[in-house]
Amino acid sequence: MSDLRELYQTTILDHSKTPRNFGKLETANRTAAGHNPLCGDRLTLYLEVDGGVVRSAGFEGSGCAISTASASMLTEAVTGKSVSEAETLFQTFHQWVAGSGEADLFSDDATGLGKLAVFGGVREFPMRVKCATLAWHAMSSALAGDGATVKTE
Amino acid sequence: MTRLAPSDVMQLRKDFPILDQEVNGHPLVYLDNAATSQKPRAVIDAITHHYERDNANIHRGVHTLAQRSTQGYEGARTKLARFLGATDSREIVFTRGTTEAINLVASAFGPTVLGAGDEILVSEMEHHSNIVPWQLLCERTGAKLVMAPMDDRGQIDMAAFRERLSARTKIVALVHVSNALGTINPIEELVELAHTAGAHTVIDGAQAAAHLAIDVAALGCDFYATSGHKMFGPTGIGALWARAELLEAMPPWQGGGEMILTVTFEGSEYNEIPHKFEAGTPNVAGAVGLGATVDYLETIGMERIAAWEHELLEHGTEVLSTIPEIRLIGTAEKKAGVLSFLVEGVHAHDVGTILDLEGIAVRTGHHCAQPVMDHFGVAATTRASLAFYNTKEELDALGAGLRKVLEVFA
Repeated sequence: MSDLRELYQTTILDHSKTPRNFGKLETANRTAAGHNPLCGDRLTLYLEVDGGVVRSAGFEGSGCAISTASASMLTEAVTGKSVSEAETLFQTFHQWVAGSGEADLFSDDATGLGKLAVFGGVREFPMRVKCATLAWHAMSSALAGDGATVKTE
Repeated sequence: MTRLAPSDVMQLRKDFPILDQEVNGHPLVYLDNAATSQKPRAVIDAITHHYERDNANIHRGVHTLAQRSTQGYEGARTKLARFLGATDSREIVFTRGTTEAINLVASAFGPTVLGAGDEILVSEMEHHSNIVPWQLLCERTGAKLVMAPMDDRGQIDMAAFRERLSARTKIVALVHVSNALGTINPIEELVELAHTAGAHTVIDGAQAAAHLAIDVAALGCDFYATSGHKMFGPTGIGALWARAELLEAMPPWQGGGEMILTVTFEGSEYNEIPHKFEAGTPNVAGAVGLGATVDYLETIGMERIAAWEHELLEHGTEVLSTIPEIRLIGTAEKKAGVLSFLVEGVHAHDVGTILDLEGIAVRTGHHCAQPVMDHFGVAATTRASLAFYNTKEELDALGAGLRKVLEVFA
């Protein structure tokens, strides 16, 4: 059970069962869709950006526990952050869960990730990294403002 | 013929080296046979023997190794023809797999019978490989792809099928056994209806040949596509069976060596069937491995395999029915060993990951049959698919694994 609990941490299960900021954000001025064709997961991420700061965030869609929890915790984590802080957080998060393609390049530095560090267990499950990063790719696309659907494939 | 007893199955499992291992600290329970099946020692040895002793290019060499390789390759063709109930081994064209076999029919045969306004009829439960080649053909010819719907048990709606057949229908392409649902379609009846309407029939046998005794003559179809790796043979080899007169009349598909008799810059004379459709050096070792697979399956007997798998399916259905949170998708009256299901409140990928940690390999996702998922209004299912080397104890382990899934997500 150790690997199992490593991946499905209590915080992740909590956010997957009771996602925060779930639903369309009416005040959003940046949105992007994310799609994982492998499993059919789809989500839409909504951001309200004002003065270079993410004022609020929300999402809707359906997905596995990892992708739902990741989206839910993203919306909490980026609210109040500047656009560049949010982008930096994405980079740190991505390295934390996926490394840079090689197992030994995994970042051991969870500094600044706060609660998001619970996704570290995903690194033992390479097939699930895309689940954890789907919402973050959508956020990055929304902030870039190109509005393109982000695909994990 | 005596039925396979659990003790026979335990003995047969020893033929499959891969099954004897632990995954994530648990004995491997391999229930992803519809994706690919495992290979018996006899097949692995045949491929090794080919490369260690016999390897040469086939057909034109006069030396001993070339003769051995040619005999291995052509011998496999003869074995596969007999295995599928064909009377003439020239009716077997080796391909990379089922997908390539269907693409061959669509590309080489399709345009000879189709024009703008004609129709190709497929069922709602087709694998993408029996949809997309026909869509490409429709783009080329101006023909239209028509879909015959299924009911909520995952069976072709026969009345709708009859209704959608017409004088415009030139090709009817149907799956024999559904990979996503397990449904065994009434191919003989469907083929007869299609032929009465004047259409040619193409059957996707990818999921059938490993589990049922196939007799193309009895099925009555025009084309039958099959795969090596789904029936305990190597990947990268499969076959198209087609009636000889159809192959004779069809233009070549790919050009190159092997498929010609003479070549000049003024023109080329094509080789006889089936070589006309086998341009380039083929997958000789793959064919040799497939030949060994046929030998292996014939020593067990396909009727005994089908009977044991049916017993497993009934047991697995029973195991899943004791868990109220599970809903089976695909409950056809005639079914092969596929258990596709939803776990209430848990996404298929989470189910798959937790089962994997218990050493249980299942498939999660849309199973390359998105229209099937759309029919049932789901994005993905978890699928346990059986082979004769599976045991009832393994299905009990699946049940226990699913209870663990529910525990985690309680």
